[in-house]
Amino acid sequence: MTDPIVRFQDVHKSFGDVNVLKGINLDIKPAEKVAIIGPSGSGKTTIIRMLMTLEEPSSGDIIVDGKNLWKMEKNGHMVKANEKHLREVRGDIGMVFQHFNLFPHMTILENCMTAPIHVKKESKEEVRDRSIQMLERVGLGEKLDNYPSQLSGGQKQRVAMARALVMRPKIMLFDEVTSALDPELVGEVLEVIRDLAKHEDMAMVLVTHEMDFALDIADKVLFLDEGVIAEQGTASEVIEHSENERLQGFLRRFRG
Amino acid sequence: MNAIIEIFPQLARGLHVTITVLLASAILAYLMAFIAGLCRLSQNIFIRKFTGFYVEVFRGTSLIVQLFWLYYAIPMLFGIQLGSNWWTGVIAIGLNYGAYLSEVVRGSILSVAKGQSEAATALNMSRFQRMRLVIFPQAVRMMLPEFGNYTIQMLKGTSLVSLIGMTDILYYGDILRSSNLSQAPIVYLLVLVFYFILALPLIWLTRKGERISKKGVANG
Repeated sequence: MTDPIVRFQDVHKSFGDVNVLKGINLDIKPAEKVAIIGPSGSGKTTIIRMLMTLEEPSSGDIIVDGKNLWKMEKNGHMVKANEKHLREVRGDIGMVFQHFNLFPHMTILENCMTAPIHVKKESKEEVRDRSIQMLERVGLGEKLDNYPSQLSGGQKQRVAMARALVMRPKIMLFDEVTSALDPELVGEVLEVIRDLAKHEDMAMVLVTHEMDFALDIADKVLFLDEGVIAEQGTASEVIEHSENERLQGFLRRFRG
Repeated sequence: MNAIIEIFPQLARGLHVTITVLLASAILAYLMAFIAGLCRLSQNIFIRKFTGFYVEVFRGTSLIVQLFWLYYAIPMLFGIQLGSNWWTGVIAIGLNYGAYLSEVVRGSILSVAKGQSEAATALNMSRFQRMRLVIFPQAVRMMLPEFGNYTIQMLKGTSLVSLIGMTDILYYGDILRSSNLSQAPIVYLLVLVFYFILALPLIWLTRKGERISKKGVANG
C-alpha cells in the first residue's frame, strides 16, 4: 500500500453563502489517474484549484506528499501558510486550464522555458532542449518561434501541456481542458493526454465532460454531486454497478 | 509674410525651454506613475492610502494652482526653495501628470486577465516573478497609447511655465503681442503651429504604441 501523494481531509469550501464543497475526503496515489465527473456547479474545478493553491479551502486539510499545503507550523502552532510555504509544497504540481492561459507576449518556446529557468534556476541550454523535446512530443516542433495568437485552440492547449510538463510535475491537473475547443480540435488534445496517461508515471487529475474518454483512461472515477463525492471507484464500478440514481441520470444525459 | 519671417525666430528662442521642461517633466511623470501605480496595488494599506491621497490631490486640483503653490506659497510658508523656476515647473507638471498616469498603470495591471496570474502560479512563480515576467510586460503594452496621449497633453501643459517667468514659446509670443498688439492673431497662430509641430512626433509615437498594444496581450 503506497502512501497517497495527495490527500484531502474533510475539505470544505464556500464562496460567500454558497457551500460548494461539503467535506471532501480523497486519496490520490502516485501515478494514479483520477477523473472527476459531475454536473456543472458541483465543485469539480474547485477541488483542483485548491490543490493548485488558486483557491483557499474554508476548512480541512490538503496534504501533498506528506506536507500540509495550506497550513504550516510556526512556534508549535499550525498557522495559515505563507507564500514561501505554498511555493515549497506546490512545486510538484502542474495545471492545464480550460482557457489555456498561455503568455501572449512570449513565443511558444519562451512560454515553456520561462518557469524552469526562473523558478527552478535550471540552465538555459538544458531547459531549451527539454522544451523543444516536449513541444515536439505534442506535435508543435515546427512552431517554436510562433506566438500563441498564431495558433489554433487545440495547438494552444497542447503548448499549455508542454509548458506544464517541462516543470516535471509529479501531479498534473487538467481543468476541463477541452471545453473551450471547437469540436474538431478536441481529439488532438485528448490524444496527448492519452499518451501521457499511458507513458508517464505522474498522478493525473482530470476534471472533464468528455465522459467516455475519462472512463477509458482513469484508474479511479469520482462522481461529485452537490458538494460531496457521491460515488467513487473504478470506471466499471461507477458506471455499471452504481445504484446512485443521480449518477445514472447524469450518465444518461451524456449517453443519450 | 514678412511678419511671419520676423516672428518665427523670436518664438523659436523659447523652444529650448519648452522642450527641456517637457522632457524632464515627462521623465518625472513616468517615474511617479510607476511608483504610485504599483503602490496603489500594494498589500500594505498605509502605502495604498498614502499614494491614493497623492493621486487624488494632484488629479483633483488645477495644475496652474499647483504651480503657483510650489512657486509662491511653499517657499513663503516653509522657507523651502525648490530650486530654479525650471525645476518648479518640472516638478509641478511631473507630479500632476504622474498622478493621472499612475491610474493608467494601475488600471493596465488590473486589466491583465486573471488567468495569466493563475497560470504563473501554476508554474510556481513567486508574486514578484508573476508581476515581472507575466503581468507587467503585458500591462506596459496596454499603457503605451495612454502614455502617448498624456505626453501630448503634457507638452501643452508646459505653456503654463510662462506664468512663473520661464522663457518658453508662449512667453515669447506674449512679449511679441504686447509690443505690437495688431500682430496678436498671427503671433498666436504661429504659437499654435509650433506646438502642433512639436506634438507631431508624439502623435506618431502614440499611434505606434496603439499598434504594439493591440498584439501580445491577454485580457477579458
